[in-house]
Amino acid sequence: MKPPPFDYKDPRSLDEAVAVLADCADDGKVLAGGQSLVPLLNFRLAQPAVLVDVNRVAELAYLRRREGKLQIGALCRQARLEQSPVAQESCGLLGDALKLVAHQQIRNRGTVGGSAAHADPAAELPVAFACLDARFKARSKRGERVIDARDFFVTHLTTSLEPDELLTEVEVPELPANHGHAFEEYSRRHGDFALGGAAVLVMRNGDGACREARIALLGAADTPLRAREAEQALAGQKIDEDSAREAARVATRDIEPTGDIHGSSSYRKRLIEAMVRRAIVKAAA
Amino acid sequence: MTERRVSIEINGTTYDREIEPRLLLSDFIRHEAGLTGTHVGCEHGVCGACTVQMDGEPVRSCLMLAVQAEGHSLRTVEDLAAEDGTLHPLQQAFHEEHALQCGFCTPGFLMSLEPLLADARDFDDTQVREALAGNLCRCTGYQNIVTATQLAARRMAGAEDAA
Ligand SMILES: Cc1cc2nc3c(=O)[nH]c(=O)nc-3n(C[C@H](O)[C@H](O)[C@H](O)COP(=O)(O)OP(=O)(O)OC[C@H]3O[C@@H](n4cnc5c(N)ncnc54)[C@H](O)[C@@H]3O)c2cc1C
Ligand code: FES
Ligand code: FES
Repeated sequence: MKPPPFDYKDPRSLDEAVAVLADCADDGKVLAGGQSLVPLLNFRLAQPAVLVDVNRVAELAYLRRREGKLQIGALCRQARLEQSPVAQESCGLLGDALKLVAHQQIRNRGTVGGSAAHADPAAELPVAFACLDARFKARSKRGERVIDARDFFVTHLTTSLEPDELLTEVEVPELPANHGHAFEEYSRRHGDFALGGAAVLVMRNGDGACREARIALLGAADTPLRAREAEQALAGQKIDEDSAREAARVATRDIEPTGDIHGSSSYRKRLIEAMVRRAIVKAAA
Repeated sequence: MTERRVSIEINGTTYDREIEPRLLLSDFIRHEAGLTGTHVGCEHGVCGACTVQMDGEPVRSCLMLAVQAEGHSLRTVEDLAAEDGTLHPLQQAFHEEHALQCGFCTPGFLMSLEPLLADARDFDDTQVREALAGNLCRCTGYQNIVTATQLAARRMAGAEDAA
C-alpha cells in the first residue's frame, strides 16, 4: 500500500508543465488533487515513470466568469467551485452535482479538471458537464485545442486527451436565471459512487412550458450519455408526472448498464429510469 | 531514485528531512515527525482515520505526497489540547459523551469536525453528519459523536457569552 518509485517533477508554470509532459513520452502521469490517482499508486495499479505534479501551477487554479461563460481552471478545487455563487445560480447543476461527490475532505483536494480527466463513468461532474454542453481546453507543446463534451469522454477512465496534453480549463455556458436543474442519483451510502443517476436541465418559456430540456445519464454506459430523443420529446411540452415518466422511459429504453455484485444490469436500468423521472419533475418544479 | 530536501511545518514546528518523493504525507507525519496521533487505516482515502488539516481544511494525509506539503501549514490531533494538557472542548465532549470506544478513528473525526466549530457555534445535526460522513467508525454508531459535537458547540458558545 505504498506508491512505487517514480521520477517526481513539480513545474511552476503552465509552459514548464507542458514542456515536462512532452519530455515524458507516454510514461508520464499528471498529478492534480490525487484523490483518484494516489489510491491507484498506493495499490500499484498505476506505475508511471514520471509523475508531473501540477499543484504548484497557480495559474491553473482560477474560477472566473467571461462573456456569459463560467471558466473553471483545471486546478480549481471541487470545494471552491461548490462554494461559489455561480454553482448555485447560473450553473446550479454544478452545485447539485458537487454535493454528491465524495466527502468534504476529498473535495478540498480534488480538482475539477482531475474529475473530468479521470472520466470515471460513475462520477457526477462529467455527467453535469455533458448536460451543460461544457467545452474542454487542452494544451500541449503542439498548441491548444478545444474539445466538446461529446468528444471528450471516450470510454471508462479514458478521454480524448493525448498523453502529452494537459487539460487546462473547463468552460461552461451560463444559463438564464429562470432555468431549472436537478441531479438525482442512488448510492448505498452518501458519498459513495452511485449505482445510477441523471442530470436534467429545463429551460422555460414565458408561459412556463419547457422550451428546451437536457438529460444526461450517469452509470448508463461507459461515458456520460445524453438522452437526445427524450430531450426532443419534452421540448414544447408542459412537464408533469406523465410527460416525465414517458421521457424517462424513452431516455433509458436502449441503455444496457454493466451489472455487478452491487446491482444487475436490469436493476440499474430501472433505477436510472426512476432517477430521470425524478430529476425531470424536480428541475421543472 | 533521487531524494529531496523538504521543510514541512506541522503544528508550528518545521521538520527538515531528506525524503523520497513517493513518501506519503501520513507516513511523514508518523515516521519522520514522530506524531503518531494521526492514524492510518485503509491508505486509499476511504476511512478518514488519517485526516489532518492543511491550511485549516481537513484533508486525507494518505492521499498526499509529503513533498506536496511544503509551503503549507499542517495541523494534527496533537495540536488540539493546550500545552498544559487541558483537552480541547471537542475532545472533552468526546470523552464525556462516549464518542469513542477503541479510539482508532478518533483523531480523524476530531480533525474533520474541529473546523465546523471554528467557523460557527450554531449548526444542526445534519451539518455535523455531513462533516463526518467521510470518516468511518466501527465502534460507536456515530450518534454519540454527533451529540458530543453539539455539546462542544454549546460550551464554546457559553464560554464566549461569559467572556
Ligand atoms: C473515498 C473516495 C470517494 C470518492 N467518491 C467520489 C464520488 O462519489 N464521485 C466522484 O465524482 N468522485 C469521487 N471521488 C474521486 C474524486 O472526486 C477525485 O477528486 C477526482 O475523481 C479526481 O480529481 P483529482 O484532482 O483528485 O485528480 P487526480 O487523482 O490527481 O488525477 C486523476 C486522473 O486525471 C489525470 N489528470 C488530473 N488532472 C489532469 C489535467 N489537468 N490534465 C490531464 N490529466 C489530468 C491524472 O493523470 C489521473 O489519471 C472519490 C474519491 C475518494 C478517495
Ligand atoms: S488511511 Fe487515509 S483515508 Fe483511510
Ligand atoms: S471508536 Fe473504534 S473505530 Fe471509532
